[in-house]
Amino acid sequence: MATSDVVPRESAGGMNKQRIVNDMSIQVATVNGSGSQSSNTVLLRSIFQMGVPVSGKNMFPSNIAGLPTWYTIRANKNGYIGRKKEIDFLVAMNPETATEDTMSLAPGASVLYDEPLALHKLRNDLIFYSVPYDKIVAPVCPEAKLRKLVKNMVYVGVVASLLTIDMAEVEKAIRKQFAKKVKAANLNLAAAQAGFEYAKANLEKRGVFYIERMDKTAGKIIIDGNSAAALGCMFAGCTVVTWYPITPSSSLVETMIEYMKEYRIGPDGKATFAIVQAEDELAAIGMVIGAGWAGARSMTATAGPGISLMSEFAGLAYYVEVPGVIWDIQRVGPSTGLPTRTSQGDILSTAVLSHGDTKHIMLIPCSVEECFTMATDAFNLAEQFQTLVFVMSDLDLGMNNWMSDPFPYPTTPIKRGKVLSKENLDRLGGFARYKDIDGDGIGHRTLPGTPHPAAAYFARGSGHNERAQYSERADDFENNMERLNRKFETARSFVPRPEITKGNNAKIGIIGYGTSHWGITESRDQLRAEYGIETDYLRLRAYPFTREVHEFVEQHEHVYLVEQNRDAQMLSLLKLDLKPELTPRLRSIAHITGLPLDARSITDELTSMEGK
Amino acid sequence: MGTTSVEPGAAAPGPKTNRIGLTVIDYKGGKTTLCAGCGHNAISERIIEAMFEMGVEPEFVIKPSGIGCSSKTPAYFMSRSHSFNAVHGRMPSVATGALLANRKLICIGVSGDGDTASIGIGQFVHLMRRNLPVIYIIEDNGVYGLTKGQFSATADLGSKLKTGVVNDLPPIDTCALAIQLGATLVGRSFSGDKRQLSAMLKAAIAHKGTVMLDVVSPCVTFNDHEGSTKSYKYVKEHEETLQDVSFIPHFEDINVEYDPGSTIQVTMHDGSRLHLRKLEEDYDPTNKIRALTRLTEAHEKGEVLTGLFYVNPEAPNFIEMLNVVDQPLATLPDSVTRPPKEVLDACMEELR
Repeated sequence: MATSDVVPRESAGGMNKQRIVNDMSIQVATVNGSGSQSSNTVLLRSIFQMGVPVSGKNMFPSNIAGLPTWYTIRANKNGYIGRKKEIDFLVAMNPETATEDTMSLAPGASVLYDEPLALHKLRNDLIFYSVPYDKIVAPVCPEAKLRKLVKNMVYVGVVASLLTIDMAEVEKAIRKQFAKKVKAANLNLAAAQAGFEYAKANLEKRGVFYIERMDKTAGKIIIDGNSAAALGCMFAGCTVVTWYPITPSSSLVETMIEYMKEYRIGPDGKATFAIVQAEDELAAIGMVIGAGWAGARSMTATAGPGISLMSEFAGLAYYVEVPGVIWDIQRVGPSTGLPTRTSQGDILSTAVLSHGDTKHIMLIPCSVEECFTMATDAFNLAEQFQTLVFVMSDLDLGMNNWMSDPFPYPTTPIKRGKVLSKENLDRLGGFARYKDIDGDGIGHRTLPGTPHPAAAYFARGSGHNERAQYSERADDFENNMERLNRKFETARSFVPRPEITKGNNAKIGIIGYGTSHWGITESRDQLRAEYGIETDYLRLRAYPFTREVHEFVEQHEHVYLVEQNRDAQMLSLLKLDLKPELTPRLRSIAHITGLPLDARSITDELTSMEGK
Repeated sequence: MGTTSVEPGAAAPGPKTNRIGLTVIDYKGGKTTLCAGCGHNAISERIIEAMFEMGVEPEFVIKPSGIGCSSKTPAYFMSRSHSFNAVHGRMPSVATGALLANRKLICIGVSGDGDTASIGIGQFVHLMRRNLPVIYIIEDNGVYGLTKGQFSATADLGSKLKTGVVNDLPPIDTCALAIQLGATLVGRSFSGDKRQLSAMLKAAIAHKGTVMLDVVSPCVTFNDHEGSTKSYKYVKEHEETLQDVSFIPHFEDINVEYDPGSTIQVTMHDGSRLHLRKLEEDYDPTNKIRALTRLTEAHEKGEVLTGLFYVNPEAPNFIEMLNVVDQPLATLPDSVTRPPKEVLDACMEELR
């Protein structure tokens, strides 16, 4: 299966000779487990170091080794770092997919292939470069068993030559990649150089794509969303992490373990955190809730199947009012679905996760920076509202490399919410756990181990009154549920507000969230440039919806809700919230293929619905 | 109070206090709503006594439980301690989380045979293998009470329900499972055996790893009839006791004479002592293999074997293995849990 969903067009631009600088996508097709990840990262970093905005997306199979995998690097001078549908430069290393990959390219694209594959026979409207990898790699890598890995670094050199990437930057990137292994760095550098020399001596550049130095990445960092979230949680004061490995969330906790071991060990050599791998997601969320109840800033990270398993416990936390943070790195469902592909498919079920009347706060990051900053928001909101907070990331954000400005040191203080101390209890004499004293729906809690005879209360998932006593009385039940609703209403004014970008007198509004943001941003420029359509854009950053969302819908004739699922999940949630007369304004652009949403798909669908 | 006339001049005899100055009233809970004669109520009474006599600070005790008749009982003892009546079969994870948050807490988790051996077996076995400092009590009656008397997974082969239905599946022996998986103090008792249960509960409080006590506790409403193997009558007729268990707390300066030929002394981590007067020759409760063999024999012979099956006072527990700071993670100051700006700067530099 090819990952490009472009149908070759009969008579597209073809081989015009105009130079295209810093605007292209490179796709490397390899075999899972062949070590190509290092080569691809080096290629990505080399372009980044030349000051060109760049993003890397790994499309990999749910498999340890042997199945096809694709890595797409997009370089774009305008800073568009979402997925681009069209592939401009294919590096075909995998015999199994080479034919289909080549056949799916648009005319004029370049193909770099391993000589024995003889791909040039397939089409005559592409530019082909043939490289005898085995012949090149043998002299630089005497050790035969390493050749399979080192071979991948040869294409880096060839690509550098053909796209005019500076070899000095390639060397720098290789030294960074193999920072602690000088021998491996030297070996890989020799391979890249051999590829570069071969291309210089034997390949004539016929393509139109060039990388040239610019200054748009100065001071920036490259990081994946899961690592950014891990850092964010460390700076958010997280103390307990319990988890069960599941793609694509595992790297969040694994990276966090590394960071915490480095930076959260006290002077006595002891950890100021506990990270425990649980036996399943049920136990992971149970531990989060137990720890949250006892006063820790606790969290877990999971994906759709884990969220489903956590459903019963989520209702317990909602009803007992226990804080906790759950990172959902969304992948494609239903069921096992496509474990290594991205989606925004857990929105609706997470908003109301568990039986009975249950509602949850969700935060939705669109960038690695927000993965970092929203970590503190999530822990603060969880403790302030004594409830679970779900952070809805996705595979595209979590596992792919993104460039970003360096993250700002958190200025938001660590907020622990309404927790009564021994001194408070000395003064008050006692307390009623679920009494709404402040009118915001939020009661006061105590932590186990508070040395006061009146500190204890009975946390229970069964019906209870204000004093946390067992109750089946109709009025107790109703009052409690109404208070919980008030609490959720209060949350509307505390969750991160949406980000609104205005067009020029736009009548059309676009609402999006999470990683759909990158496609939307590019699509808005396409709509303006190609169709003269002005749009306003509201990016949701949280659920429950804030006032601005309602106002945005009121201000526009048509509002397109762009999301990466089949059933228009966020649109459905918004319908529940809006005045009925406003709901006909909503239109859905819901896409799910497992691949990150690209701008062109949005533009095509929106213009078609607008009758353009 | 107030109805007894006190003679002028005589000092009123105050209620007995324990080593931290509390009376047994300070360890009481709410009024039970279980059936009259339920074995669970007797267990709650023993817990109250043991906690009082050991002088445990109630504010540092947590009482997590699952769902079922047994899991309601934390409401009936120790009102000054925090309770968490969680979801069915998942008490172990809640207990684990709480202990991760605050290592100073003393955890007594109450579960039942359904809550443990059926829906909760997954979390149960993992709790056992972590050797977390939890006193895990199964109030074991072999049936589901709240749903009106279906078999649980600890019901014995051939045991009969009130309706005449006979159990044709073998029971899960939670003690054997706990020993095999890594719990470090394991025993079985009977809700009607006041002396033995009290001694085992006190040993449990003194122990620093996972304690698993399976307490046979007859259900007077659904499983106390002829043909049941968990009735008062059946247990009394078939009980075999391994040892006569007595417990000497570390804070009591008592020198007990004992005959090493007939009694095994086990010194607990806190200095308390267990005296196990052998009723069966050559039984060694520090030998796992012997314990598992003896439990298998008990099933073959149709015995209700009680006593302290296995103890290992010094095995490292899960919290120790995690190497966390001494103070509770829950209340660490922000200055400790949020690294300084220099750390973020260093992390950012690495990512450039």
